[in-house]
Amino acid sequence: MSTCSVSKGCFVFKPSPKKRRVSPKTAEYFKEANNDSEDSGLRFATCQSLWKQIKSETEQVQEELNKQLFDNLVSFLRRSHSEFQEKTTEWTCRMKSREIPTAALVLGVNVTDHDLTFKSLSEVLQNNITPYVALLQAKDCPGIKNLMQKLMGQLMNCCIDVDSSDEEDYVQVSQHRIRCSMTSLISWYENITKKTDSETPSKKRISRHLQSPPVVVIFKDMESFTTKVLQDFIGISSLLPHSVSSLLCIELFQSLSCKEHLSTIIDKLLLTTQFAFKLSEKVLQVLINIFLYHDFSVQNFIKGFQLCIVEHFHSQPLSVLCCQLVEAKKRVNSLSHSQCENIRRLPSFRRYVESQVSEKQIALLTADNFLKEVIQKLLEDLHVYHENYVPVLRCLHVFTSSLPKYPLGKQIRELHCACLENRVWETEEYESSLQLARMLNKSDLVTMLQKCVEIFVSSSGKEFDKVVEKLKEFLAQFQKLEAGACQERGESVSSQKELQKKTDLYHLQKTLLELKESRRSKKLTKFEMLRFEVVDFIDNLVRNYLVPADHKTLHEIMYFNTASALREHLNAAPRIALHTALNNPYCYLKNQALKSDGGSISNKAPDICIVYKLHLECGRLINLVDWLEAFSTVVMAVEGTNEDAAASDQVDDIIHARFIQAVSELELLGFIKPSKQKTDHVARLTWGGC
Amino acid sequence: MPNLEHPAYPAATLLRLESLVPCRESQVSMLLSIFGERQQFTFPSIFIYGHKSSGKTYVMQTLLNTLQLPHVFVNCVEYFTSRLLLEEILIQLQNCSSETKHASRMLCDTFNDFVRLFKQAVASQDLQDQTLYIVLDRAEQLREMEANILPAFLRLQELTDRNVTVVLLSEIVWELFRPSTGCFEPFTLYFPDYSIGHLQKILSHNHPPEYSADFYAAYINILLGVFYMVCRDLKELQHLAALNFSKYCEPVVRGEANERDTRKLWKNIEPHLKKAMQTVYLREISSSQWERLQCADGEPGQLKGLSAHAHVELPYYSKFLLIAAYLASYNPVRTDKRFFLKHHGKIKKTSFMKKHEKTSNHLLGPKPFPLDRLLAILYSIVDNRVAPTANIFSQITSLVTLQLLSLVGHNDQLDGPRYKCTVSLDFIRAIARTVNFDIIKYLYDFL
Repeated sequence: MSTCSVSKGCFVFKPSPKKRRVSPKTAEYFKEANNDSEDSGLRFATCQSLWKQIKSETEQVQEELNKQLFDNLVSFLRRSHSEFQEKTTEWTCRMKSREIPTAALVLGVNVTDHDLTFKSLSEVLQNNITPYVALLQAKDCPGIKNLMQKLMGQLMNCCIDVDSSDEEDYVQVSQHRIRCSMTSLISWYENITKKTDSETPSKKRISRHLQSPPVVVIFKDMESFTTKVLQDFIGISSLLPHSVSSLLCIELFQSLSCKEHLSTIIDKLLLTTQFAFKLSEKVLQVLINIFLYHDFSVQNFIKGFQLCIVEHFHSQPLSVLCCQLVEAKKRVNSLSHSQCENIRRLPSFRRYVESQVSEKQIALLTADNFLKEVIQKLLEDLHVYHENYVPVLRCLHVFTSSLPKYPLGKQIRELHCACLENRVWETEEYESSLQLARMLNKSDLVTMLQKCVEIFVSSSGKEFDKVVEKLKEFLAQFQKLEAGACQERGESVSSQKELQKKTDLYHLQKTLLELKESRRSKKLTKFEMLRFEVVDFIDNLVRNYLVPADHKTLHEIMYFNTASALREHLNAAPRIALHTALNNPYCYLKNQALKSDGGSISNKAPDICIVYKLHLECGRLINLVDWLEAFSTVVMAVEGTNEDAAASDQVDDIIHARFIQAVSELELLGFIKPSKQKTDHVARLTWGGC
Repeated sequence: MPNLEHPAYPAATLLRLESLVPCRESQVSMLLSIFGERQQFTFPSIFIYGHKSSGKTYVMQTLLNTLQLPHVFVNCVEYFTSRLLLEEILIQLQNCSSETKHASRMLCDTFNDFVRLFKQAVASQDLQDQTLYIVLDRAEQLREMEANILPAFLRLQELTDRNVTVVLLSEIVWELFRPSTGCFEPFTLYFPDYSIGHLQKILSHNHPPEYSADFYAAYINILLGVFYMVCRDLKELQHLAALNFSKYCEPVVRGEANERDTRKLWKNIEPHLKKAMQTVYLREISSSQWERLQCADGEPGQLKGLSAHAHVELPYYSKFLLIAAYLASYNPVRTDKRFFLKHHGKIKKTSFMKKHEKTSNHLLGPKPFPLDRLLAILYSIVDNRVAPTANIFSQITSLVTLQLLSLVGHNDQLDGPRYKCTVSLDFIRAIARTVNFDIIKYLYDFL
C-alpha cells in the first residue's frame, strides 16, 4: 500500500475487512449497562420470548381485521372475471363499452401501515386468484414508458416463478429486449394460458386459480401518479379511445379505520392478563398521543410498545420477575442478595414495609428468605388484581360509554388511562357520570346489566360468582317491576289530562308548580330505588377493584414508567436539541467551565455557540461587520490582557478566520443564508427562541 | 340521401358499406372520391378531425375493411414512443399480406431505418399496384414524439416513393399540429357531431334480436329525452341504453303490458332513468353494481356511492396544519397581525384594504407561503403548546404526499420551501368543524 507518486494525487483506501469491529450481540448490550449479577441473560431471554408472543398476537389481529376486506376484494375479482367470460356473446355485453373492473381501496392516511397491507394483499391474491399480480408505485413510474416496463417486468418474472422448469426460453429474454407494448403483453398472456391449460393441474397453485386467470395491477399510491400516465395506461389497456373515467367499472372498498384498529390492538395487548408486561398511564398516554396527534399509524404504535418492552427489561433489574405467575414464583426463590436489596429499595415496597408491625419490618429488611416468601404472596396479589381489574373496567365502560357527552371518554382506552392515573372515583368526571347513570331509563339499564353479566361470566376472575348472582337478582327485580308499572302509568296519565284541560295561562302555571311540588315530595318509585341500588353497586365494584396500579406493592416490576425516555426516542425534536446544544453547550459537553448562569455569553464556549447567541439578538437581516465586531468583543473581553489589540480597530486575523468558520457552520446548519437584498448581510432563517 | 356510387367497387359492397355507416354517408363518399381506384395515387396525407365519438375511427375501419383495401391501423397512445410506433407499423405490414410469418424481430430506431425497411416490406409483397393506407389514430400524440416524426409521416409518399397514404385521426384541429418550421399540408376533413336525429337513428340501429325495431326505437326515444341534456356522447349513450334496457322490458316480460303500451312503459322507466343519471352516469356506482341493484330491486340508498366515502381522516395536528396552510394561502400576509395577535387594535376592512385586494382571494386561488409562516400560524391557532418535533415536520410531507398541500418550486430545495394549500373551502370547513375551530372568523374574505 504505497502512495509514492510523482504528481499530487488522491488515494482511496478501502477498509480491510479484518479491522471491522465485530458488533456485540444484542444480548450483551443488556450486560454492559449493569453488572451480571442481576440476571441480564435471563432478562434478555424473557424479553425476547415476550416480544415474540406479542408480535404473533398483533399479526393475528392484523390478519383478522384485514380478512373481511380481502374477502370482499377476492370475491369482487372472481365475479368481475366470470362475467367477462360468460357474456361475451350476449347482446348487452356487445353494446356496453368494455369497462375494466376496478376496485378502489381506501386505506386512510396512515401511510406507514400501507406497505404491510399491500404485501399481504398481493399474497392473498396470488394464493387465491391469479399468479399475475403487479404492484406499481408512483415513484417508479414518472412516465408511461417506465410504467409499462415495470408492469411487464413484474408480470413476466412472476410467471417464471410459477413454473420455472419449462420456461427456460423466457428466462433468457433479458428485460430490455422485451418490447414494452400491449401487443407483446397479450401474446405473452395467450402463450402462458395455453400452456397452463395443456398442463395437468398437478401443481396446487395453478389448480386453485381460475381458468385463464386475470391479470391484476395494483397501483399503490394512486393519488401520486401523474394523471397523464394513468389516462394513457387505462386508454391502452382497454384499446378503445374513450373518455377515461368511463372505462373503469369502479367499486369502492374501505379498510377499517385506523382508530378501530388501535382499539383492537389495545384490547388485545393491554387489557388482558395474558402478558405480564404493563404500561403505566403516562407511557400509554405518550403512545396514544403520538398516534392521535401525529401519524395514525398502528405500526408505529406497536414499534413504540416494543421500545417500552426493551427499555423496561434493560433498565429495570427486577424485570426478571416480569413473567407468568408460576414462572415468576420459581424465579423469586433463586434471587441473589443484591436483587433482594433492589426490591427493598423500591418505593412501593418501602411503603408496604412501613405499614407493617415493627418485628415484621425488621424481618423484611434483613432476612432474604422471609422476603422471598412475602414477595411470592405479593406477586400473587398483583396477579389477582390484574385479573379483577380488566372485567370491572369493561363493565364500567359499558356504563360510561352510553352516557350523554361521555364524561369519562367514549373509548375504553380513555377510561383505562383515567383509572391508572389516580383513584377514578375521586374525580369530578366520575361523579358526574354516576349522576347521569342515575337517570338512565329502564331498557338501557337492563341491557347494560345483561352485558355486565356476560363480561363477568366470561372472565377468569374467581371472586365474581357473587357479583354475577347479585346482578342477576337485579335483573329479576326489573322484570318484576314491569307488572307493577301499569298502575303508576295510569296515575300520571290522569294528571296529564288535567293539564290539557287548563287553557288559562295563570292556571296552567299554578298547576305546573303544584305538580313540581308534589313530585319533589313524592317518595321514590320502586324503579328509582332499584336504579340507585344498581348504581351504588357498580360504584362499590369500582372502588374495590379499580385501584390505580401504582398504589399496588411491587408494581414497578410489571409497569414501565419512564415516559420521558420514550418521548425522547419517539418524538424527536431536532430544532430544540440543536438550540440547546448551541445555547447551552454545557448540556452536551459537560465541561465545568461552560456552566453558565444563563444570559451572559462566555468566551470559553465554542465559536459557533458565541456566534449563534449573538445572532439570536438580531433581526431578519444581519450585518456581517457588526456581527464580527460583537464576536471579537466577546472573545477579547474576558481575555482582557491584550490591551493594544482591543484598542486598535483592526480585528485580529485569527479571530476573523474563526468568525468566518463559525458563520459558515451556522449556514450549513440552516440558520442563515446569504441574502440577495444586501451583499454584506445574511438572512436569518429561523425566528424566536427555537 | 346520397347513395354511394363509385365505378371501382361493386355496388353490393357499397350498399353494405352504406348500411354500416349510418349518418356518415357524405363523409364516406368524399373519402371514396379522394381515394379513387385501387391503383391510383391519392393525397399523400389526409387529416380527419372531429369531436370524440363522432365516428372517425369507426368509419375509417369499416371503410377499409369492407372494401378490403390494404391498410395498417395504429393507435398512437398505445405505442407511445416513436420506436414502438414504427416497429408496430412494420410488424402489421408484414402480417397483413404475406402468409408466412416472419418471426424475425426488426429494430427500427430512426425514421431513416423506417423508410428503408418500409420499402423492403412493400417490395416483398404484392402491394405495389394498390394504395396502402396507414391510419394513425389519436394523432395528437405524434406532437410529443421527436420533431421529425410528424412532418415525415405527412410526406411519406414522397420519401418512400411508394403508393402510400397516411391518414391522421385526431380530436383537435390541424392548426394546433402545424410545426413552427412548416411542413406539408395534408388534406383536412371534418366530421361534425351527430345531431339528436342521428343519435336516435344510430342507437336504434342495433336493436336486440328478441325485440322488434320499433319497440327499441321507442325506448331510445325515452332514453334520449332524459339523457340528451347532459350527454351527447354516442358511446356513453349506447352503454346506458344497454344497461337500462332490461328494466324497460320488465313489464313486457311479466306480461303486464304489451310492446305497444308506450305510456305504461314510460311511466315505469322514467324515474329509473333519472336515478341512473345521478348514479351510474357519474360513475358514483359502477355499472356492475347497478345491474346487481336492478336484479335485487333494492333501493340504491343502501349502496353508498364513491363520494360518500370522501371524508378524510387526519391526525389531530395534521388537521391544524392543514387549517393553518389554508389560512396562509388565502389571507394576505399583512393581515396575520390582525388575526393572530392579541392586541391588534381595531382595523376596519375598508380602510385596511389596498385596491387590488378588493377582489376575493378565493376567486384568485391559493397563494404560496413559506414554511415559517405556516408554523407561526399553527402555533397561534393550537390551544396548547406544540413542540416543533420531527413528527410535525413529517406530517407536512405527508400532507404533500396526500396532495392536500403542494410544494411550490423545486423538490430538492431545502432552505425556505414554499407550499400552497390545495383543498376547497367546503373541505376545510368540514375539517375545522371536527376540531371546533371557527375558520370563517379567521378568513379575510369573510370579514
